[in-house]
Amino acid sequence: MVELSAISPCEGLLPVTIGNLTVTEEPFVAITSISPHKSREKDLSAIMKAAHGLAFPAPGRSTGKAGARAIWFSQGQALLIGPEPDAGLGAYAALTDQSDAWAVVRLEGAGAADVLARLMPLDLRPSVFKRGHTARTELAHMLVSLTKVGDKSFQIMVFRSMARTLVHDLKTAMEAVAARG
Amino acid sequence: MRVAGQGLLDRAKTVTFTFDGVHYTGVEGDTLASALLANDVRLLGRSFKYHRPRGVLSSGSEEPNALVTIGTGATQEPNVRATVQEIYPGLQARSQNCWPSPGFDLMAVNDFAALFLSAGFYYKTFMWPRAFWERVYEPIIRRAAGLGALSGEANTDRYETVWAHCDLLVIGAGPAGLIAALRAGRAGADVILADEDARMGGRLLAETHLVDGQPGHIWVDAVLDELRDMDNVRLMPRTTVTGAYDQGTYGALELVSAHTPRNGAPREAFWKIVAKRSVLAAGALERPVAFANNDRPGIMTAGAVRTYLNRWGVSPGRSVAVFCNNDGAHRTAHDLVNAGVHVAAVIDSRHDAPLSDAFEVRRGAQVCDSSGRKGLESITVRSVSGEERLQVDCLAVSGGWNPSLHLTCHMNGRPEWRQDIASFVPVPDMVPGLQAAGACNGMFSTIGCLKDGIDAAGLALEALGIKAPTVDLPQAEDTVFHLTPLWTVPGKGRAWLDFQNDVTVKDVNQAARENFRSVEHMKRYTTQGMATDQGKNSNVNALAVLADATGRDIPETGTTTFRPPYSPVSIAAMGSSGQGKGFAPERFVTSHRATVERNAPMIEAGLWYRPSYFPNTGETHWRESCDREVNMVRAAVGICDVSTLGKIDIQGPGAAALLDFVYTGMFSTLKVGKVRYGLMLREDGYVMDDGTTARLGEHHYLMTTTTAAAGEVMRHLEFAHQGLMPHLDVSMISVTEQWAQFAVAGPKSRELLDGLLDTPLNPDDWPFMACGQVRVLGVEARLFRISFSGEHAYELAIPARYGGALFRLLLERAEAMGGGPYGMEALNVLRIEKGLITHAEIHGRVTPFDIGMGRMVSAKKDCIGKTMSERPGLIDQNRDQMVGLKPSGVVKQLSAGAHLFGRDDEAVRVNDQGYVTSVAFSPTLGHMIGLGFLRNGPARHGEVIRMVDHLRGLETLCEVVDPVFFDPKGGRARG
Repeated sequence: MVELSAISPCEGLLPVTIGNLTVTEEPFVAITSISPHKSREKDLSAIMKAAHGLAFPAPGRSTGKAGARAIWFSQGQALLIGPEPDAGLGAYAALTDQSDAWAVVRLEGAGAADVLARLMPLDLRPSVFKRGHTARTELAHMLVSLTKVGDKSFQIMVFRSMARTLVHDLKTAMEAVAARG
Repeated sequence: MRVAGQGLLDRAKTVTFTFDGVHYTGVEGDTLASALLANDVRLLGRSFKYHRPRGVLSSGSEEPNALVTIGTGATQEPNVRATVQEIYPGLQARSQNCWPSPGFDLMAVNDFAALFLSAGFYYKTFMWPRAFWERVYEPIIRRAAGLGALSGEANTDRYETVWAHCDLLVIGAGPAGLIAALRAGRAGADVILADEDARMGGRLLAETHLVDGQPGHIWVDAVLDELRDMDNVRLMPRTTVTGAYDQGTYGALELVSAHTPRNGAPREAFWKIVAKRSVLAAGALERPVAFANNDRPGIMTAGAVRTYLNRWGVSPGRSVAVFCNNDGAHRTAHDLVNAGVHVAAVIDSRHDAPLSDAFEVRRGAQVCDSSGRKGLESITVRSVSGEERLQVDCLAVSGGWNPSLHLTCHMNGRPEWRQDIASFVPVPDMVPGLQAAGACNGMFSTIGCLKDGIDAAGLALEALGIKAPTVDLPQAEDTVFHLTPLWTVPGKGRAWLDFQNDVTVKDVNQAARENFRSVEHMKRYTTQGMATDQGKNSNVNALAVLADATGRDIPETGTTTFRPPYSPVSIAAMGSSGQGKGFAPERFVTSHRATVERNAPMIEAGLWYRPSYFPNTGETHWRESCDREVNMVRAAVGICDVSTLGKIDIQGPGAAALLDFVYTGMFSTLKVGKVRYGLMLREDGYVMDDGTTARLGEHHYLMTTTTAAAGEVMRHLEFAHQGLMPHLDVSMISVTEQWAQFAVAGPKSRELLDGLLDTPLNPDDWPFMACGQVRVLGVEARLFRISFSGEHAYELAIPARYGGALFRLLLERAEAMGGGPYGMEALNVLRIEKGLITHAEIHGRVTPFDIGMGRMVSAKKDCIGKTMSERPGLIDQNRDQMVGLKPSGVVKQLSAGAHLFGRDDEAVRVNDQGYVTSVAFSPTLGHMIGLGFLRNGPARHGEVIRMVDHLRGLETLCEVVDPVFFDPKGGRARG
């Protein structure tokens, strides 16, 4: 029988290594947007803790860790990244599958923040934007979700259709950082 | 000439470069200006208007004269100040604005015509005939009066824009800036210290004063070493802070690799620095005195002469005179004598000037003229005893110092006049959060600068809530600045104020005589201060001349103000993020690769790339492919990627109510498993967008929007929810990217799907406008029975990861059935044949009434835009309303954008009765068809009217018909 093959958003584009910096594509995992129904935020957070071991994140923050992470995504909205959402969540929140909607990449290495400083206006000083912090911001004209997942590593999410532009812009900025030595 | 034993450079490190094709040798750390002066090259170019010989005036970024072009070909950079450009091996510099050479410049004839080229000359002279200005006069004037030129090729250099954030931005790394940064750095604040120079230290590198008993540069090195060791301090040399903007944002230009042979690094970086506080320690700029022929190469500012001597070990002359009105300039003579350079005299306009044992001081004397063909040969000194000529090849001039307060004016603040130093100084809070310190704050002694820097850092730290450590004030020079204002020396010849724009004292006087007495008018009339140096060297002097000419004092006459940028910034640097592919993101659908493989030409739809048509072998014209694709859809089955349409997932108990509120139609009554067409209005009652919305569950809808308006509709929904109906419990999120969606259209569409779906479709379950879950080869998918072609059609949506594979499979199946892919051209023809609208029709100026959908605005409920759409003027029969058009005359062509007129009316504006929005050749009907808007159109079906396209020169008669050309009853889509 014929099978439909799955193609990742950055297929053929990544990984890229320039100097000390690398960009890799995160593997396919379930991504679900979770938007709590009115006045059900606490119940939702409790059941998320029970089912997935992480709370519903506050604005600008993420919870959990690699493998099961919840990142704040916009007003009254978070993304659960990793596990398939527990069926019980549906009673408290609107759930929408976003697994295929986003190109998810990781920028890693010394100078990662310098690369991002060429692409976005965020204050990424370690004292300000700490591990676990997240933001929706603009990366070279594109709306992205940026999460600091390690001391020198950031997760960047951009619309799947813009993956090529994201990689192009990251490469350009990485080259500029590397050229300064 | 290079002076033995002087300067801070390591003479062993030589660097070879060329200027106007001649090889010269300089020393590492030289600027082009210092290296050329070391080689006794004084003539660097010709002036802007009169093509006068010009040389170096200053030693910094304020340089008005010594502009050169660096490099050749695509990367050549014009108007680079030789005083800023560092030399590097292989540097190629050329003079500008002279032909054939700076030594013999044919345009120097302008200098003899100077009488006619004074202020206002162009305005008065080239007025007639009017058309000549653009075609004749301006090109000639521009060619004669110019700066350097661009290569005309695309620049291959790279540039970048970068953001930075800090607690404290210190602008300028002279004594005040260094010690401010040191104090804040020690306190633990995040500090950025930016200085335009390659080497930090400011005047401490240029003077022989001791700091804490050591030469200034030794103290500088110690401070820089300490700052370098701090993780919280970022040193940014070669970085000019060019502008102060709102909320502590500063623009800055960094010369990243302009001082090196290209190594792949960006040439320049434009920084946007966001600082909680800032200290401006930009120093001061020395101002010249205007006297006849004061623009000759060899006449420089006194401070610059000291800088060349003390920093670069270069004396700009072998016999030097100093002309000044203040004590500070005497140091130039002092330093030169100590270095063994002959000082002819210090000519001080003050009768009480200090005397010296080391050199002759002429009190109460003035320099009133100079001579020399391509450089200074002699000056004329006027005193009570008469006029005397002195043979000198360099004259160091000082009329005092102007604090570099430019940035403080960038937010419309006005400085105040300080009589004792005859200069403008900043007042507090001209830029919120910015504190001026040191010479730019009117402190002209080293100790004053250091003290001011310490205090400014203290204020900033206090505002930041950081405890300020004490910093020991070093011992340093502490002399009081004595000056008696001297702006001009009376005399006959032309005395220059603005060297860069060739504005003289006479021009300013003339402006005043012609009643341009306001500073702003004078500047515009004479162009004083309007060159790339922004009047740094001339503003205050010109203001003083104007004050004198109008019988007012300086504060009464006006102030100077400055706008960003402080010094020139390349557009390439500011716009670097928009270079090439950086201009805008590109969006690609999952079928992109398969589409490109089929050689489909792409069109841009917003940011998306979509296929125009899919050419078959042997097809030579797009119409051939398009007609074939249309026929294919009507006869068999066609596949089209429609993923670009916006898709919004709307969930929650309040979803139905929100949709009823934003759509004209009723969606709360839509049954689960059904799709309905919806029309969305703006608040003003005009049509905003249209699309279909499916009800996937009791509290779950999926809205589609047009490709172009996807973002706008999302914003509209959020506004309607958050701003107008916050009580509704509803959530929405875009799923445009989650689903790849393909139209499967044509009589064989069901047959195709049945072969592909895990379970064939039961026709009873899938009437027109049905929707539901299906499985395609084991993958969960969504199917919608909707049609934009008028055929029996479906749209199949699958998670995007499978989009590429599904598209290929659909094409394979379709082609086996006599079908295939179709592009935007065919899609457009199919929808025009059906009279279906796009944003060509709903272009923002049409109401539901205009497109024949007035009855779609439900009477049973309110919706956004409803009341406004019912305004009398918006439902008037005489409005332009949508009609179909087909050619009925000899000419069988229609054109979009053409206007409509009564059959016998003249085709002029007053007779305009409408316009054409969409046209296509219909292969189904065998002629062209069009959609358009015609006054009272629906009542005029059958009438023959006139279509005129004035732009394309096309005219035809056409018949007004119903907009639905094909299958008006819709049997094909429903069947």
